[in-house]
Amino acid sequence: MTSSFLVRRLWQFVPTLAGVVLLVFLLFNWVGGDPAYLLAGKIPNPERIAEIRRGLGVDQPYWVQLGIFAQQIATGDFGSSWSTNERVSQIFATRLGPSLTVLVPLLFISTVLSMGAAMLVAYWRGSLTDRAIMIGCTVAQSVSILVYILVFQYWLAYRLGWFPVQGWGGGLGENLLGYAALPVLVGVVVSLAPDIRLYRSFFLDEIGQDYVRTARAKGLAEGRVMWLHVMRNAAIPIATNVLMQLPGLLAGAFLIERFFSIPGIGREVIIAVERSDFPVIKAVTVYVAIATMVITLAADLLYRALDPRVQLK
Amino acid sequence: MSLWLLAWRRFLRDRVGVAALAVVAAFVALAAASAAGWVARDWSGEVGVSYAPPRFLAAKINEQEDKSAAAAPSGARDDYGIPDPLAAELAEIHARLSGAAAAESRETTLVFGADKWGRDVVKKAIKGGETSLAVGVAAATLAALIGTLAGAAAGYYGGWLDDFFNWLYSVFTSIPYLLLVLAIAAVLGHKGIATVILILGLTGWTGIFRLIRAEYLKHRVREYVLAADAVGASDARRMFAHILPNVSHVVLVQLSLHVVLFIKSEVILSFLGFGVGVDTVSWGSMLAEAPSELILGVWWQIAAATLAMALAVTAFSLFTDSLRDALDPRLG
Repeated sequence: MTSSFLVRRLWQFVPTLAGVVLLVFLLFNWVGGDPAYLLAGKIPNPERIAEIRRGLGVDQPYWVQLGIFAQQIATGDFGSSWSTNERVSQIFATRLGPSLTVLVPLLFISTVLSMGAAMLVAYWRGSLTDRAIMIGCTVAQSVSILVYILVFQYWLAYRLGWFPVQGWGGGLGENLLGYAALPVLVGVVVSLAPDIRLYRSFFLDEIGQDYVRTARAKGLAEGRVMWLHVMRNAAIPIATNVLMQLPGLLAGAFLIERFFSIPGIGREVIIAVERSDFPVIKAVTVYVAIATMVITLAADLLYRALDPRVQLK
Repeated sequence: MSLWLLAWRRFLRDRVGVAALAVVAAFVALAAASAAGWVARDWSGEVGVSYAPPRFLAAKINEQEDKSAAAAPSGARDDYGIPDPLAAELAEIHARLSGAAAAESRETTLVFGADKWGRDVVKKAIKGGETSLAVGVAAATLAALIGTLAGAAAGYYGGWLDDFFNWLYSVFTSIPYLLLVLAIAAVLGHKGIATVILILGLTGWTGIFRLIRAEYLKHRVREYVLAADAVGASDARRMFAHILPNVSHVVLVQLSLHVVLFIKSEVILSFLGFGVGVDTVSWGSMLAEAPSELILGVWWQIAAATLAMALAVTAFSLFTDSLRDALDPRLG
């Protein structure tokens, strides 16, 4: 049953991916205008423009250009960056490591902390503590992530000198304990409020279930009911939620990466947008879209593995 | 109409919601007054000295400066015994410059300080609030309009229309939201309020679409819709005169949620320089000036922008929560 589900879901990727390709193509080849004028510099001469247009293939009809784009995606060869002439595949290979060095500890710490906090808040639901923490979360969420980054970087790194202000080193240990520490801290603080709110609702769903009443009725200690029974069941939607956050974070951590000068994928996106570096943006968009689809499927499979009641259709 | 009256009565019982609504109303009134030119019209006026401190700090800072001035070694630098040939001219220029500044009569302190160009931070925060709120509300309205129309068409007609919009939905949601926004910003190139509204509205409709589609799927087979069909109501009439009022509470809550989302997105876009132009001020463009200010110890502009934004967004979020509770009492 699982295999037929897998085949059908993979088959559904085709139209979605085609749509993403079409959307990106329309954006960059049609709305974006002629890239030759961007590339030829301040004083363009007609021969140079014609040469660039031939090189990029934009003198071809639209359907040929679309074919070129499809070929780029299929072969994974998006050519070179317009601004640095670095191979796009090379950019990806070298930027993924730093991104993951920040994201993996960030996801792990914030998930553990917000799960614990959410369970306690859900256990005390309706109390003053619950209301105060929920309003606190709303206030914390209303402050822009920019402010968290700016204030933490200024106060903890620049004024107090507890962390390096920015930068990136060579070794994994050096990065993890030195340069990545403050970015991870900022990321955890920012994601705590929305995560606690969401996970609290997951815990509340579980606490209202019959099995909790049964467990209590047979005389189990509250700690055992919460930590063993409720936690295991609430962990199912939380696990899928964490998984689903991953592709968005990969591109979405760009503010953190930019401020702390971490050579990751997010910072690359910002630089590419600032320089109108279309090949890099196109590649990032397509790859992240593919990653999103694959991870969504993985989340469904994980859900099935963790919760046998779920039927895959 | 009594349904809305009931919801309103339920809402009034929620004290947090009423307080939040009052704050939201105050922000909207301030933004409207600023748009009409009654307040903060002269926000770009360079009324104070550069980085003029807030009034409540001024006394302390002056004291410190007096101390440091007293501590500083008095007398001219020792120029290795060579007299400065330009000393007389320089002294004259200094005198003229300080005289000119005095004639312009710039304030040395302002209520909440000044920015680099000596503009009043409070006025900037009010004007920036107008921009940010206008972008948030306009973009949310656009997104709600697209999402509702597409959701209504997909849910009501089903068939190929439903397939098409579902396909569009899966395409848009498979690209992370901020990445899509940045990609469109990169392509459009030119900045401005209208561009930001367009970008946010055209990318942010997916959540509303999914909810409205589900509501229409549920409602189109209900008795009241079948009855309307039986008495000969047209498709459009059934969709918008019969079903829409019954799902409008979903649209309203989503509209409110998206205002918050888009205000936060606008701040990030403007901060990165893809948002409003340089001649407009928004909370994001105020934050964008903060990194260079913080190094100089100037914290009042980031504090003003953060405070204004946090207050507005918190009030809007709490209001949205209460609105949802009031409109959908089943959730309890």
